[in-house]
Amino acid sequence: MSTSNEYYIPQKATWPVVGTAGLLMMLAGFANYLNGSSGGAAWMGLGLTVVIIMMAGWFTLQATESESGMYSTQVGISYRMGMMWFIFSEIIFFGVFFGALWYTRNLSVPWLGGEGTRAVTKELLWPSFEAVWPTNGPGKVGGDFEAMGTWGLPFLNTLILLTSGVACTWAHHGLLTKNRDQLIKGLMATVGLGFLFVTFQAIEYHEAYTEMGLTLGSGIYGSTFFMLTGFHGFHVCVGAIILSVVLFRSWKGHFKPENHFAFEAAAWYWHFVDVVWLGLFVFVYVI
Amino acid sequence: MSAVVAEHDDHHDHGPAKGLLRWVITTNHKDIGTLYLLFALAMFFVGGSMAMVIRAELFEPGMQFVNPQFFNSMTTMHALVMVFGAVMPAFVGLANWMIPMMIGSPDMALPRMNNMSFWLLVAGVLLLASTLFMEGGAPASGWTLYPPLVLQTGKALPFAIFSVHLLGISSILGGINIIATIFNMRAPGMTLMKMPMFVWTWLITAFLLIAIMPVFAGAVTMLLTDKFFHTSFFDAAGGGDPVLYQHIFWFFGHPEVYVMILPTFGVASTIIPVFARKPLFGYSSMVYATAAIAFLSFIVWAHHMFTVGMPIAGELYFMYATMLIAIPTGVKIFNWTATMWKGSMTFETPMLFSIAFVVLFTMGGFTGLMMAVAPADFQYHDTYFIVAHFHYTLVPASVFILMAAGYFWLPKWTGHMYDERIGQLHFWLSVVSVNILFFPQHFLGLAGMPRRIPDYAVQFADWNMISSIGGFIFGASQLLFLYIVINTIKGGTGEKVTGEVWEDAAKHSLEWTLPSPPPYHSFTTPPTVIPTEHM
Repeated sequence: MSTSNEYYIPQKATWPVVGTAGLLMMLAGFANYLNGSSGGAAWMGLGLTVVIIMMAGWFTLQATESESGMYSTQVGISYRMGMMWFIFSEIIFFGVFFGALWYTRNLSVPWLGGEGTRAVTKELLWPSFEAVWPTNGPGKVGGDFEAMGTWGLPFLNTLILLTSGVACTWAHHGLLTKNRDQLIKGLMATVGLGFLFVTFQAIEYHEAYTEMGLTLGSGIYGSTFFMLTGFHGFHVCVGAIILSVVLFRSWKGHFKPENHFAFEAAAWYWHFVDVVWLGLFVFVYVI
Repeated sequence: MSAVVAEHDDHHDHGPAKGLLRWVITTNHKDIGTLYLLFALAMFFVGGSMAMVIRAELFEPGMQFVNPQFFNSMTTMHALVMVFGAVMPAFVGLANWMIPMMIGSPDMALPRMNNMSFWLLVAGVLLLASTLFMEGGAPASGWTLYPPLVLQTGKALPFAIFSVHLLGISSILGGINIIATIFNMRAPGMTLMKMPMFVWTWLITAFLLIAIMPVFAGAVTMLLTDKFFHTSFFDAAGGGDPVLYQHIFWFFGHPEVYVMILPTFGVASTIIPVFARKPLFGYSSMVYATAAIAFLSFIVWAHHMFTVGMPIAGELYFMYATMLIAIPTGVKIFNWTATMWKGSMTFETPMLFSIAFVVLFTMGGFTGLMMAVAPADFQYHDTYFIVAHFHYTLVPASVFILMAAGYFWLPKWTGHMYDERIGQLHFWLSVVSVNILFFPQHFLGLAGMPRRIPDYAVQFADWNMISSIGGFIFGASQLLFLYIVINTIKGGTGEKVTGEVWEDAAKHSLEWTLPSPPPYHSFTTPPTVIPTEHM
């Protein structure tokens, strides 16, 4: 519990409504775009811009307040709890897509192939369907495709992400021991490896689309492969941007061994992204 | 208990901003609580009007007022508006108002995020409401949004999906805030097992929220990509399975209905002891029962899908697991009864609504138990029996308790007393009409009337007419509540209430130790003594 008797209460926040307006514009624009309306894309871009401005503004405000020593230990704990449970909800979100992969691979695709009591279903619906994985289903949705390999780029990416996790911890150690040089070098390595990962991922996607016939539309295999790795790649980008901000702040001389919530939050997020990738590597690529 | 030692210096108390802007940029838990509550009340009437359209169309067999497409939109939107626009926000509003006061803190742990939670809710509901005016109409697939049917929705589909995303983010941020507040902002001496039950139930509900809203978000994201980006999650031709959606949806959906009922339990456990003038019976068993119900809610989802063609082992597992819920729920019902046993009871409006809740929720619970039996459910599935069941657990349970909470805390919030006479009238009209409205639906369901249809066979005519009459009376009666709320805010009976409002209420919970209305920031320094009456 609190070490101080004084509570911290921020007054009159403007960024939340700005962010909400931005999100609303972005999503309404996106929906209009999907419906084929002409103005949709523009609204989407405008909304996204507002959201980015909001994030920059809100985080700048938080950083300024933090550096001027406005946050008590108690506030720090609230922030840490907030980040922790936010990551928890993100894990659940990934869990849904892992769940979909598990369900289709182990239950519904075998059922389509006539497993268990479903022999008649198979005979009546798709008698020629063989339940194997990977599959784009009895309708061969999306046409012929080649499944993604494991030990080329994906394995390299695994090593890259694990190394970046180590670099991140090394940077944290530098922060705690007031070794600024180590902090900055460690963060630069983390961010650099993060963007390298995303680049390799982009190359992998490019190969999939141009050479392997593997697209988001390649039946359930393509759906689960691209949605899982795509959401993960998006999270890597977000994590790398967060870490870049932390790097910038470290370079400006922010953070003390006893006060560096932003660093911790970014590091937790990065490790979360790391662990999700290990799950992906095992369940999407290896098995 | 002795007086709370709290200094109300105005060192931090800059007070609210001037004018309407106050409500837009506020970070104050009471302001945000008020916004949530008023928004929920407004949505209660919006969703209620949709219910009136449904009951009007069903008043007689044949097509009367609306076309079938619009009728289905009404059932869908009524559910979505009531769940996400009325009941959930109302409980979040109560959480905002009451949790900081009950645990002796000045505000929520993350006040800026609190503001964003509210406005995201408004944005989400706006997106949802906008679908009513779109080409192809609002979603008409039922609130469950099952594919492939929902994929036939017109222009409304992406708007409904993004609405769910915004509502989800709003709930997750709200849930995180409540968890951080309860874990980190309690006054010294307010141990977890001394917290009022309302705080406990919300702590557990908050965990449900952050665990399930991402699930719903994931499910509708798959709908979006299936419709617009050529994925095959729910398309058997591509190797997917429409039943997968049902599994994901109900993994969200079952805990979701407990999100609406657990805080209901919390409020009932708060009100009943005050008017029985006894401590809550079995406090710790209440806490454990709430946690048990929350845990069980995650492992029973497929009882919503008994007729979908699951393997027999699945049917049996989900049947037995579902029946287990009756045990912790029974603990609660008996505890409330035991709390009232030999109490010096008085029957003010909040108590009347609470007692009606205990009785009528038990009814809803029993019909739930009936449907847990898989072979029996094959008969009831998708009939008006299920409609009767969940309305008994939502209307005379959640909604009644929200009314009770309104009567119970309005004097605290405003410093004015409501008109007890009109309150009692509102109660009696509501409790009689709600039974005229929903009880006959049990008979209709057992007789085989399917849900979500605008027209029906003539043998269902009588009970439908009775149900509709009950519905109209119930709907009209709620205008009394609106009147009472406005009237109380404007001064009520003119009688000034004390800080305690209800006799000896301060023995039960900290909020009654503050003046009515409480200061803008409840406790600027932590109170050092807390009530322990419920132990």
